[in-house]
Amino acid sequence: MARITAGVGSSHVPLLGVAVDQGKSNDDYFGPIFAGYEWTRQWEKEQKPDVIILVYNDHASAFDMKIVPTFAIGCGESYKPADEGWGPRQVPDVEGHPDLAWHIAQSLILDEFDMTIINEMDVDHGLTVPLSMMFGQPEQWPAKVIPLAVNVVTYPVPSGNRCWALGEAIKRAVESFPEDLNVQIWGTGGMSHQLQGKRAGLLNRAWDNKFLDLLIGETDEARWIPHIEYLRETGSEGIEMVMWLIMRGALGDKTRMLHRHYHIPCSNTAIGHIVLEPVEEETVPA
Amino acid sequence: MTIDKGKPDARPRDIHEYLAEFDDIPGTRVYTAARARKGYHINQFAMSLMKAENRERFKANERAYLDEWKISEEAKQALLARDYNTLLDMGGNIYFLSKLFSSDGLPFAEAVSTMTDLTWPEYRQMMLDGGRSPEGNRSIKENLAAAARAQETGKDN
Repeated sequence: MARITAGVGSSHVPLLGVAVDQGKSNDDYFGPIFAGYEWTRQWEKEQKPDVIILVYNDHASAFDMKIVPTFAIGCGESYKPADEGWGPRQVPDVEGHPDLAWHIAQSLILDEFDMTIINEMDVDHGLTVPLSMMFGQPEQWPAKVIPLAVNVVTYPVPSGNRCWALGEAIKRAVESFPEDLNVQIWGTGGMSHQLQGKRAGLLNRAWDNKFLDLLIGETDEARWIPHIEYLRETGSEGIEMVMWLIMRGALGDKTRMLHRHYHIPCSNTAIGHIVLEPVEEETVPA
Repeated sequence: MTIDKGKPDARPRDIHEYLAEFDDIPGTRVYTAARARKGYHINQFAMSLMKAENRERFKANERAYLDEWKISEEAKQALLARDYNTLLDMGGNIYFLSKLFSSDGLPFAEAVSTMTDLTWPEYRQMMLDGGRSPEGNRSIKENLAAAARAQETGKDN
């Protein structure tokens, strides 16, 4: 059967993609950010995941205001990098895993998560930047990707609890897929940042780190953090962190932290990164 | 530093209360359904700049291109002036408006700085120094209460 073996949380700031694409990832500004991903790049080479369920948000690239799906899952064969106004990133096309994606989509709908199905779309920095951070610059991405797009732009966005519960349902769906697959789930976006208005530039190191703490171990308190708390404490765009809760929810009751990194600033944003693995409680034989 | 972790299953039961809280955050316009409705055509205009041919037509004659859209005169003026705070008030959303400042060749952070009270070099330095503190930036009501308390204390002295 397929199994979710790890969860990764990461910011997806577009400037990180620019740094990779322009070979600036070792300079004074970006060096400390990328150094914190070095551990993960080595670890991913050893882990060799078959599929990554990549939770992200589209930034007015594939979706405009005509259609705003709350949760949408990519069931297509492949996805091209989006032209976000300055030409598409020169990164490989993203290969999907339609068999697992359709299995998850069907399972989630039967599990009462009414997903939007996407067969064709372009994927923007929200999806390709995390791939660059974790895999560098390969000829082709070393894993298939199931994009899972979340509306975190138009309010109300889904609650933290709903995101966590979606993660739990994704875990059940993956585990009912018959083929042996090593599946990871990544939650991306955040951490604290505000890109608009007079309060723009807000960052909150203490809050972000408490949030990272809440992803580790047995606690599920993070699922109850209300929207207003993210907005006040982490800026208007900090709400993207609810997407990390889908990742956390999919790891089961308990997690162990393998790696963690935090850096301020990258452009307008606080960079956060965490690698978690599920801790399955051993069942005592009767 | 604590996180308000809410209460289990304390989902908002009253949408009016839920939305009203958003207006208490200083210097912030939360992109609510009301704003999304108001700014629909502004955002769809901005979205159109994703296509190179539209960018060229817009740059050749901004006013003529704007006249093709169902946008108020006030909004057209704000778009021509790149007055992003006014555009936010009119229901513009930053991810859509970013298509406009990308078309202008402006880096994201520099465009963001124009919405603040800081110059771009000042804003960049603030970010390097750890960003804007949440202290005093959480709640308009709290700030007013704190100011009132400070005034009271002042009177006593």
